[in-house]
Amino acid sequence: MKGRRRDIRGAIFRLVLLASLAVAFITLGTLLFDVAGKGFKFLDPRFFTSPPSLDPQEAGARPAILATLYLGLLLLVMTVPLGVGTAIYLEEYADKKRWYNRLLEVNIQNLAAVPSIVYGILGLAFIVRGIGLDRVVLAGALILTLLVLPTVIIAAREAIRAVPDSIRQAAYALGATRWQVVSRQVLPAAIPGIATGSILALSRGIGETAPLIMVGALTYVAFDPSLLGPFTALPVLIYQWTSFPQDDFRALAATAIIVLLAMLMTLNALAIWLRNRYQRRW
Amino acid sequence: MVSTTPIHIDALAAERPQPGTREVVFDIRDLTVSYEGNPAIRSVTFEAYRNFVTAIIGPSGCGKSTFIRCLNRMNDLIPGAVVEGTVLYRGEDLYGKDVDPVEVRRRIGMVFQKPNPFPKSIHDNVAFGPRVLGMTKDLDARVERALKQAALWDEVKDRLKKSALSLSGGQQQRLCIARCLAVEPDVLLMDEPASALDPIATTRIEDLMHGLKKDYSIVIVTHNMQQAARVADMTAFFSIEQGEEGHRAGILVEYDVTSKIFTQPSDKRTEDYVTGRFG
Repeated sequence: MKGRRRDIRGAIFRLVLLASLAVAFITLGTLLFDVAGKGFKFLDPRFFTSPPSLDPQEAGARPAILATLYLGLLLLVMTVPLGVGTAIYLEEYADKKRWYNRLLEVNIQNLAAVPSIVYGILGLAFIVRGIGLDRVVLAGALILTLLVLPTVIIAAREAIRAVPDSIRQAAYALGATRWQVVSRQVLPAAIPGIATGSILALSRGIGETAPLIMVGALTYVAFDPSLLGPFTALPVLIYQWTSFPQDDFRALAATAIIVLLAMLMTLNALAIWLRNRYQRRW
Repeated sequence: MVSTTPIHIDALAAERPQPGTREVVFDIRDLTVSYEGNPAIRSVTFEAYRNFVTAIIGPSGCGKSTFIRCLNRMNDLIPGAVVEGTVLYRGEDLYGKDVDPVEVRRRIGMVFQKPNPFPKSIHDNVAFGPRVLGMTKDLDARVERALKQAALWDEVKDRLKKSALSLSGGQQQRLCIARCLAVEPDVLLMDEPASALDPIATTRIEDLMHGLKKDYSIVIVTHNMQQAARVADMTAFFSIEQGEEGHRAGILVEYDVTSKIFTQPSDKRTEDYVTGRFG
């Protein structure tokens, strides 16, 4: 009864946990600190209103910022209906005993693990060249859609699966059809989870660089992008600027990173807010 | 309002129900249900009567829930469930070719073991059924009527817009009953409706059933024998039996007037169960 039994393994485990946390925090902190130190110099209104230029003092990121916003919007419009639709089919309609449904499931999991550059190559071959869309914003958005679709599907499926079966049973027992059960009970209950998952997938999508480079976003664009016009996106512009020899362009890249991070963090904050706001306890 | 008079077994025995004179609601013939080839209940045959409370009792795993879920085709939702035999509901085969399970469930409502209100307001819970079935005329009056029938109106009339999940377990279960009643079913199926509730909430549900059987026919599954004795007119005792192929499946052992099942059962197995020697 007396004294303390020393839980050495427990203490070590705690230390390991703290160390893993520290690695993540220190990495992020260093990055932010470094970027903020270099990038604040160019963080002014001009950065948001001017196109890129060969003169660092004149250069801004307006076309890239706009293109990234367009890409994000298009991505949302295209992935959410497709992803949620697929998730509903797989969770509520598909007969899991059928081999084609199982094949579909396994392949969606696999697609989520395919490197993004592969999607870029696919997009170049089938979207830019194949259907002749050329190197435009829409082509970029389509590729990003393919890229994040598996993630959205997986997130939406998790959200749908989290709706307790007792809710479905109750609705069926009242004489609801399958469509009514899905549209009036399951989907409304799953929306917070679907929204969170979609936003996180979206923020992954707009941070992507490689597939956009494959479809020609690595280019000089001095005007505001349009749906069917050439474009460069913020991550691509960052990549471009860091490859320039002058220090000022590195600083501009840092500024662009600050802007991109701010956009991503806003999206993530929105996701967290949505999750907390609509979280349900059954 | 429904009556809340306490019910005594003696009173029931005194006015022993006369099943023979009653209209048959369910005529179940040779009903066998299996999941993935494993039988859950085998060759169940009996009749349930109109405006009676029919209780299904028996040990765990004897297929009580499986059985009651056949009566509104809820087993259709379980992949791999196969139902054989016939279930005649007012003379019509529930498993007939042209029968729409959705229409069956509209007429035969079900209350589940665990209260399962929708994560919506109290009003919307009750209004869900009528909305789904297009009975939206005078919806508020319909909701009020159902809540009154379920003896919940006085407790919730000032907070109909509040979440149903804010109610206590017993209130949630009465809300689920109100939700069923709102679509004006003919039969109420109750699958252990009070097993997750405390004794006071249980009593309220039992009182409610007594009032409701004037307008509805009720089939209730319960593992609580006292409950069956208190509420049921007729009681069916299910047990588990080893079949010829070695599968264990639920069978109907005895079906009779409740007081007879509990005082002078004709089968030894029933006697062992109701006297507590088994199960």
